[in-house]
Amino acid sequence: MNLRRLIGREILHRKLSFGIAVATIATSVAGLVAVVALLGAHDLRTSEMLMRMNKETSSMEEKFTKEMKVYEDSVRKTMKGLGFNIFIFPEGQELGEVYTQGFASKTMPESYTAKLAESKIVTVNHLLPSLTRKLKWPEKERTVILIGIRGEVPIAHRDPKKPLIDPVQKGRIVLGHELHRSLDLQEGNSTMFMGREFIIEKCHRERGTKDDITIWMHLDECQELLEEEGRINAIKALECNCASIDRLGEIRREIAGILPGTKVIETESKALARAEARNKAKKHTQGAIASKKAEAIKLKTDREQLRFEDEQKYTALLTVVIFGTMAWVAFLAFANSRDRQAEIGILRAMGASTNSILAILMGRAFLVGLFGTGVTILVAFLLSDSLKDPLHGYEIKSLRGHIPLVFLFVPLLSCAASWLPALQAANRDPATILRNE
Amino acid sequence: MSEVTLRATNVQKTFAGPKGSSVTAVNDMSLEIASGEFVAMGGSSGCGKSTILLIAGGLLRPDQGELEIMGTRPYEVDSTRRASIRSQYIGFVFQQFHLVPYLDALDNVLAPTLARSLPDAEDKAMALLEKFGLTERRHHVPSALSVGEQQRVALARALLLEPKLLLADEPTGNLDPENTDSILDHLVAFAKEGGAVLMVTHDDLAANRASRSIRMEKGSIVESVS
Repeated sequence: MNLRRLIGREILHRKLSFGIAVATIATSVAGLVAVVALLGAHDLRTSEMLMRMNKETSSMEEKFTKEMKVYEDSVRKTMKGLGFNIFIFPEGQELGEVYTQGFASKTMPESYTAKLAESKIVTVNHLLPSLTRKLKWPEKERTVILIGIRGEVPIAHRDPKKPLIDPVQKGRIVLGHELHRSLDLQEGNSTMFMGREFIIEKCHRERGTKDDITIWMHLDECQELLEEEGRINAIKALECNCASIDRLGEIRREIAGILPGTKVIETESKALARAEARNKAKKHTQGAIASKKAEAIKLKTDREQLRFEDEQKYTALLTVVIFGTMAWVAFLAFANSRDRQAEIGILRAMGASTNSILAILMGRAFLVGLFGTGVTILVAFLLSDSLKDPLHGYEIKSLRGHIPLVFLFVPLLSCAASWLPALQAANRDPATILRNE
Repeated sequence: MSEVTLRATNVQKTFAGPKGSSVTAVNDMSLEIASGEFVAMGGSSGCGKSTILLIAGGLLRPDQGELEIMGTRPYEVDSTRRASIRSQYIGFVFQQFHLVPYLDALDNVLAPTLARSLPDAEDKAMALLEKFGLTERRHHVPSALSVGEQQRVALARALLLEPKLLLADEPTGNLDPENTDSILDHLVAFAKEGGAVLMVTHDDLAANRASRSIRMEKGSIVESVS
């Protein structure tokens, strides 16, 4: 007779009690496996979602790169045929000043326009001399920008071109929106400006720029009013073009050869607008990609948060299950040892030590843990394939590396739960047991 | 000259009763049993017979007095050593048999080997089963055995480790005359073979089979007849 035989026979004898204890442990282990599997499934689902999102982003980027390349080629081809606008400012003019106040303070002879028009310049198309000043409209006590314009100066060596901007007739002015609105002036009205009467030829619609406080008039009249006869402070050249890539450089070189010392800057043009549109398109698409990437990051964060919450929830649940199981196993162990009082008493009377009795009871508890774990692991592995889909591809079989640990940990837990009832039973006074039996 | 197997000297045991009262189960009792002696102990219920049996078996520490079993004093050693003394020198037989319900007859007889290993234990157990006419019943669990058979299994179990002292608490109390005779025959035989038997019994016929009969009253021996 040995312990194993005794424990084995007792288990066979009390199958129901053993079965209930095993089922309890199995439930607990199933809870553990379920938690690990659910968290694993969550991770897989997260990876899957992130992978899909990253794939979508990559695909968007790839598509965008291709489209932008095609678009840029198209823009480049289009731009080759487009001109752009430049301003020519007087010699010695600080460009910083132009940028801050919007016009040049220095002036240059108006004859520069004619000189340029009569030259062999090929890179410049339409020439528009102008004189601009910011001043107070004395009759209306309003600060305005006064621009004197003449319209296009024909380039002598070419066929006359259709003027791009209609000149303002002498004795007439054109008003910006803010001016005619606030002063209640309308087209056809006459008004005094710097002591001279003008007919309002046109009232512009609102542009939201300094044009809204601008007065346009004929260059000659402007020069007279400002006592700048024969002087201008800018020549605007529209739809300039050249074949080389460094178009502005080429134009500057050509103008420098004719009007030494003048300063040339590029200003808004169709080409620039188109480039800007292209940049906006690029920015918009990049924004969409960035948004997609941000969405992926948010998804990852949300999923991590959800996992954290699930983990906490499952841990709490599992703790309750484990403690519940231990309590129930302890109760079953107590019931078992109570059922076996007479047996324990007689074994003690025959000379079995407390440790032998403990070994019998703890051996049974260990087997309860072992069988409970075995049953759950076996069932879980058998169901692994069927549960793969509901678990987003997670395979319970992948837990096989943890099995030895579970097979060690759970029986020990079962022993721990049975320890006190076993100790109490082993230490009961055999004389008391035998007298009572 | 016969060796003293059990010596109890001025043994006293008192149990706490209800509401602070106490009951003296064994009162300054002295008893010696030599090897080869079969002592029957009688007396009315509650006179302390079973208590002295438990004290003699090293299971119940007396409040006073000394006890020696084969020259060793079980209450002067720790519980592990006391358990070892029990397995070495003492065999128990109870009125209720106290067989392990899920073990068959053979395994029940072998149960004491959980306490002390014994060479060729299974052969010896089989020999005992044969001696008690239980060979055919060796694979039956107690519930499948008659009460007489159960008591014989219990006796075989008590004898497996070749004890020097057999303590029997009303071993024939539940048995019919035929089985009673059989058990008593075996107890007598054990004594003849050099063992010592202390049997508690109410049955005068059973007591008559003993070499000495003692009667207890209120925890003390009031009569001893050889």
